[in-house]
Amino acid sequence: MTRRQSWAGWGAGVATAMMLVLGSAQAQEANPNATIRIGSLYEPQNLDNTAGAGQGISEAFNGNVYEGLFQLLDDGSVQPRLAEDYSVSEDGLTYTIKLKSNVTFHSGDPLTAADVKHSIERVTAETSKSSRKNSLANIESIEAPDDATVVIHLKSRSISLPYNLTYVWIVNDAAADLTSAADGTGPYKLDSWRRGSSISLVPNENYWGEKPKNGGVTYTYFTEATALNNALLTNAVDIITSVQSPDSLAQFKDNPSFTVSEGASTTKEVLAFNDRVEPFSNTKVRKAITRAINREQLLNSIWGEYGTLIGSFVPPTDPWYVDLNDVDAYDVESAKQLLAEAGFADGFSFTLDTPNYDPHPIVAQFVQNELAKVGIKVNINIITANEWYTKIYQARDFEATLQEHVNHRDIVFYGNPNFYWGYNNQQVVDLIAGAEASATEEEQVEKLKEANRIIAEDAASTWLYLYPQIVVSSASVSGYPVNGLNSQFFAYDIVKRGQ
Amino acid sequence: MLLRLLPGDPANALLSVGADEAQIAAARRQVGSDLPLPQQFLQFITSLAQFDLGTSFVSRTSVLDEIMARLAVTVPLTLLSFLLAIVVAVPLGIIAAVKADRWYGAAISVVSQLGIAIPVFWVGILLVTVFAVNLRLFPSGGFPPQGWNAPLEALRTLFLPIITIAIVMSASLLRYVRSATQDVLGSDYLRTARAMGSGFGEALVRHGIRNGAVPVVSILGIELATTLLGAVVVERVFTLPGLGSMLLLAIEQRDYPNIQGVLFISTLLVLLIGFLADLAQRFIDPRLRERSGSQP
Repeated sequence: MTRRQSWAGWGAGVATAMMLVLGSAQAQEANPNATIRIGSLYEPQNLDNTAGAGQGISEAFNGNVYEGLFQLLDDGSVQPRLAEDYSVSEDGLTYTIKLKSNVTFHSGDPLTAADVKHSIERVTAETSKSSRKNSLANIESIEAPDDATVVIHLKSRSISLPYNLTYVWIVNDAAADLTSAADGTGPYKLDSWRRGSSISLVPNENYWGEKPKNGGVTYTYFTEATALNNALLTNAVDIITSVQSPDSLAQFKDNPSFTVSEGASTTKEVLAFNDRVEPFSNTKVRKAITRAINREQLLNSIWGEYGTLIGSFVPPTDPWYVDLNDVDAYDVESAKQLLAEAGFADGFSFTLDTPNYDPHPIVAQFVQNELAKVGIKVNINIITANEWYTKIYQARDFEATLQEHVNHRDIVFYGNPNFYWGYNNQQVVDLIAGAEASATEEEQVEKLKEANRIIAEDAASTWLYLYPQIVVSSASVSGYPVNGLNSQFFAYDIVKRGQ
Repeated sequence: MLLRLLPGDPANALLSVGADEAQIAAARRQVGSDLPLPQQFLQFITSLAQFDLGTSFVSRTSVLDEIMARLAVTVPLTLLSFLLAIVVAVPLGIIAAVKADRWYGAAISVVSQLGIAIPVFWVGILLVTVFAVNLRLFPSGGFPPQGWNAPLEALRTLFLPIITIAIVMSASLLRYVRSATQDVLGSDYLRTARAMGSGFGEALVRHGIRNGAVPVVSILGIELATTLLGAVVVERVFTLPGLGSMLLLAIEQRDYPNIQGVLFISTLLVLLIGFLADLAQRFIDPRLRERSGSQP
């Protein structure tokens, strides 16, 4: 059974589980007042996604407390949210967006075009720490001709603008503090934040759209996966948003009190080379290393039956996915041959900077063993996440490293020769820039598929595997998102039966 | 100061993959990590002199406010486990000393030795497995979002952590009480008191406890101070938002204002505890009072 088949099999399994859940739903009514208790490992560092809050804030606030002009739904589609409708000029440089009427912030202020302008400019501001700031760099100016209309002028065509606006929260421009308080338009408002412990959301009585199907949400934060699992086992939480260790799944899988769902993941485990330095500047060396690592065995030893193999940086849920697993499939003999052709018949040695948290140290050891078989000696250097950012991301002082890349649609990193891994292929740079300037989605998809093929042919990095995205919940709870794209976790459709 | 020599940068906690050089520079400017070390230190000392602990680099909230919120977990946790440990260890320690020749006296000593040998996180995990996961009597961790506004809930979540700390603390405390009592038992004044006609129990209560208590109180002070920050392990096992876990997170993130704030406040607390222990000793032992009275 190939990975992809087992993945499809999982989809069916999830569907069956959902049916079972729905079947038992008839016995007990959903309780619209129940508070949904969500357990997570990702506590936000603060409450502002432009102030370095981390992925935890997207999980708690995107779509729940704050809304964007557009929303990236759990199925990967982009839908208008606070935008009523929008039009694009012929040349693709002007977006005119009409806002929904009767939308108010939690503080009571009405939503106006000025708030929208302020909100977008917060993300592009000099002090913004948003990782997506660059994606919005081609916004020339924003106008608010009247309270209900926003006009965005671009420097160049940007087919992803609606997508890029999905992570721009629309905030009240009168709000003084957004790092420890919140003022959004979403179906929930912030009730309390206890640092180191929890965030509570309560329904927004004046919400413009459909009211939440539950009586509120509490996100409880854990620092250890075991403690998180125990909380679900002991009914201290109803859902855990992502399972980090497959060992713990056994206790939930065959237990009718719990539902295990595997969704589509965008988290890639990457062995990234510094493509600027010898010997990794040689494509043959990168291809040889990719062929020398048995990725199927690696994935299997870490995640068992879960997870997916990918032959490139693009996961199956991105529209420009192509199955590229065969480009540099596992083949030790051809790896040796490529190394010989590159002038490294006797191998070489390099240092692998490895973040000190799971699964990187185990992956590093696996890579070390595999590469020893083709004569390459790997020195594992363990570093903290904070050091990784200084040494590798900023100083690019490394030979190779391991990192998980979590974002959806992030192939654009390979179009930036200045990125930490230093992959520089003009053809890819042009294709990725050209894709963004496409007039139609078909054209964009075509160009990115081509870029995708080239980075795979070049073995720009070794893409070890795609993490599984696993959500486990108590069987009395349903309606939660299973894919969690861009770390979002919409809570408003979650229902809990009984009590 | 030394911490700042560690590799890494507090600005990193705010940034993620995708940030460009201008953003990195702006973040470093904001947290002040682009300044030379002596200048960063000077800034810290100046604000400290004004009793300003500053704001966290990462959460951008007041360091003092967060410390206060965390103390609301750590102080009750520490004090309650401390009281429990005293209630258990003092009588048992006295029994272990007085009845050292009986089987139960010896048994108490052996069990306490065992209590010293096992690590606190192991006790915590064991209690979670038995009382939370298997028996479902207590929550496995966390603290209620309402905090002490839900007092019963809060106490329930603190129950297992308190027991955990108390078990380990009472084991070592018991050994001090036992040896202090043994010293008293062998002392001349106790023999004299008995010779003057007091019963064994009466002599022990009237003369023994007072004398034995003096060294025990100073040990208690040290134990209490250690537990205050030492609770970090237990806070981690039970996911409690206490002072120790704040320090741990702050070190991971190189959030210097938070690190310095926690260290400053905990130093103050340790000094305060030491002072209270001194006062208590003077209260117990009149000789200490007189000695200090002669040295104004």
